[in-house]
Amino acid sequence: MSTLFLALVITASQILLGLSMLCAAYRMARGPRAQDRVLGLDALYLGAMLLLVTYGIQTGRSLYFEAALAIGLLGFAGTVALAKFLMRGEVIE
Amino acid sequence: MIQGPDLPTWAAVIVGLLLLTGAATTLIGTLGLLQLKSFYERVHAPTLGTTLGAALILAASMVSFSVLQSRPVIHEILIGVFVTLTTPVTLMLLARAAIYRDRSEGASRVPTDGPRRTPRA
Repeated sequence: MSTLFLALVITASQILLGLSMLCAAYRMARGPRAQDRVLGLDALYLGAMLLLVTYGIQTGRSLYFEAALAIGLLGFAGTVALAKFLMRGEVIE
Repeated sequence: MIQGPDLPTWAAVIVGLLLLTGAATTLIGTLGLLQLKSFYERVHAPTLGTTLGAALILAASMVSFSVLQSRPVIHEILIGVFVTLTTPVTLMLLARAAIYRDRSEGASRVPTDGPRRTPRA
């Protein structure tokens, strides 16, 4: 009973996170300027990270936690590099 | 086929509440990303997901794994600390880049500097 309830709740929250990733992807595809696209990418990888955490709760494996940690680390580096690129036109000076 | 962890009822209620509120908060943040008008307003919206949404979902994960393995499992704190520390840095860099781009093009609606204090001689 509680397993079914939890399965439904987890699926619902995965749907909500998927919708938020869709919003971020729309902003990334349609953003009027480059900084809007970078902001959309930032929100998109955050949604993907949280979605992986919910998959980890669902299956009870720690594999998904490690994947989420990797996304968090690399997404930060990606957004910083893109912001530097918008500022100066090159990533490493 | 949907599946879920085999938790006792009290833990299932806690985990479910934390998960739903966290996911809804993240969705509200990205809806703001769609809805707000200018970039300088939009840059605030996704932080709702990076702070409260991430914290609630990671707390749900911590409760679930701790009850499943009947020992405290808190390694999700790593993700939480990392995301909370890096989001302000990235978004401030991005906002500065946007201001720089807008000013160099002479756009009209650019945020101005605050009142500048002149250094005393």
